[in-house]
Amino acid sequence: MCLTLSQVTKRYGNHTVLDAVGFDVNAGERVALLGHNGAGKSTLMKIILGLIPADLGSASVLGAAPGSHTARTGTAYLPENAAFHPALTGQEQLCHYLRLRGESTSQAMPLLERVGLGAAAKRRIGTYSKGMRQRVGLAQALIGTPRLLVLDEPTSGLDPVSRRDFYTILDDLAAQGTAILLSSHALTEVEARTDRIVILSSGVMVANDTLASLRRRASLPIRLQISAQNGKADEVARKLSAGRRNGVMVDLVCRSDEKLARLGDISALGSLVDDVDIIPPSLEDIYSHFSKGGGA
Amino acid sequence: MNRIMASARTEFVIAFRNRWITIAVAMMVLFSLVLSAAGSAPTGALGVDKLSVTVASLTSLTVYLVPLVALLLSFDAIAGEIERGTLSLVLTYPVSRAALILGKFTAHLAILAIAVAAGYGIAAITAMAADPDAIRGVPALLRLFWTSILLGATFIGIGYGISAFARRPGAAAGLVIGLWLVLIVLYDLGLLAAIVADDGGKFTTDYFPLLLLGNPADAFRIYNLAVSDAAASATGLTGAANSIPPVHALISILVWPIVATTIAWLTFRKVTP
Repeated sequence: MCLTLSQVTKRYGNHTVLDAVGFDVNAGERVALLGHNGAGKSTLMKIILGLIPADLGSASVLGAAPGSHTARTGTAYLPENAAFHPALTGQEQLCHYLRLRGESTSQAMPLLERVGLGAAAKRRIGTYSKGMRQRVGLAQALIGTPRLLVLDEPTSGLDPVSRRDFYTILDDLAAQGTAILLSSHALTEVEARTDRIVILSSGVMVANDTLASLRRRASLPIRLQISAQNGKADEVARKLSAGRRNGVMVDLVCRSDEKLARLGDISALGSLVDDVDIIPPSLEDIYSHFSKGGGA
Repeated sequence: MNRIMASARTEFVIAFRNRWITIAVAMMVLFSLVLSAAGSAPTGALGVDKLSVTVASLTSLTVYLVPLVALLLSFDAIAGEIERGTLSLVLTYPVSRAALILGKFTAHLAILAIAVAAGYGIAAITAMAADPDAIRGVPALLRLFWTSILLGATFIGIGYGISAFARRPGAAAGLVIGLWLVLIVLYDLGLLAAIVADDGGKFTTDYFPLLLLGNPADAFRIYNLAVSDAAASATGLTGAANSIPPVHALISILVWPIVATTIAWLTFRKVTP
């Protein structure tokens, strides 16, 4: 087990930021930490990194206390909006981090090339875009193949292509056995890229499961989108007692267990129907279901 | 040790890029040149070489300038990292806070030493060009050099302490300038006023020497002027402090850097990014 959290609680005065949060992350597992702003994601990450202590509960990072030498040696962190000294070049900054980890500075260029910054390595970070700074942050997190990787909103500021490259790098790391905990607002993008989802809502953990089983537990309605023959939308809508969206499309909402029966109704309409699309509840729907307390 | 040097190296590059090294060297050289030029007029003093006279003037200059340069180099060290958001990342690395602060300290002290060496070097060359006897003043100049470095070390440590305490560069800048005014300028004026009011009483005999030794800048001035031949050039409070044994001043000079860096480390330990 790379990361074990149990009953972790943090209070600032009367305000409880984290309330008895507990979950594990195994080697090679990718876990997404979701929650609104102020849900306690960053606070939880700071506790895992040993930057702030928890008030109650226990946390174990690579079998050691958070912030201990063992924990810090095996853990890499990418802060939200990674910041660096603007006067240093990307290469100098990375050499600095390599030296702090006791690694050879000859790895600086290969690491920068891996995150696509090879050409900009000798330019000052002050001239970098937000996405480029984020890549410097990723490069430093890759030093020495960490056993636990903690990423706070890692893809904010990255364009779609960079995001894809970013998740490819994460997949490689996970394949090598690195445990990954990442927080994100971009719910759809973590959907295909993580093994498990933890949802925090006002400091309380409301979900900790795979996406498939969260879908099942939430049992949110499924939408069936039916394309009717030209001019037949009204007729289709009437026969299915559904709402019409426009001249050709008919929307039908049903429970998960009604899906097959409804599909049967639709196919019974024969030539009136051109096509059917099944739209399962999105991650956003599941997320708001659980963060509103639907999972409790 | 490697991690201390890693931190030192990066700080040095940053200070170089930000022109702090150039600014510090230029300040020290400029003031040294002005002092040398002002001191080149015939003084009529017999048996005192030109370099010794320059050392006395440099001592008075250093008391103001070295603490100022040291504070300017150090005030941003921790507050700046907090504001930029770089501190939280570096604190997750397997490096102790003591190593981080010692690395910065090494770099900033090296920059200060370069600036002081440049300034004093120019002053020495000027004095020797005008007076062949000036070679006799070299020991005094060397003593001035290493005590200046210790004085600088003290104020770099104090600067870090303020930087960690203030947490914002703007607030830290204000606090270091305030501290400089109080310790370097107002402190002596206050003591003078107290002596005048006391008129030779218990304060003048018992507390005044301790208060002078307690201020690192005063201890620095007392030590350098007391052990140099140029004590006659001493002015102001130091004249009144003739009774203080130089070794006491030396102890103060040696202990202050340790006290200041320890305070800096203790304050930095409490910082949560």
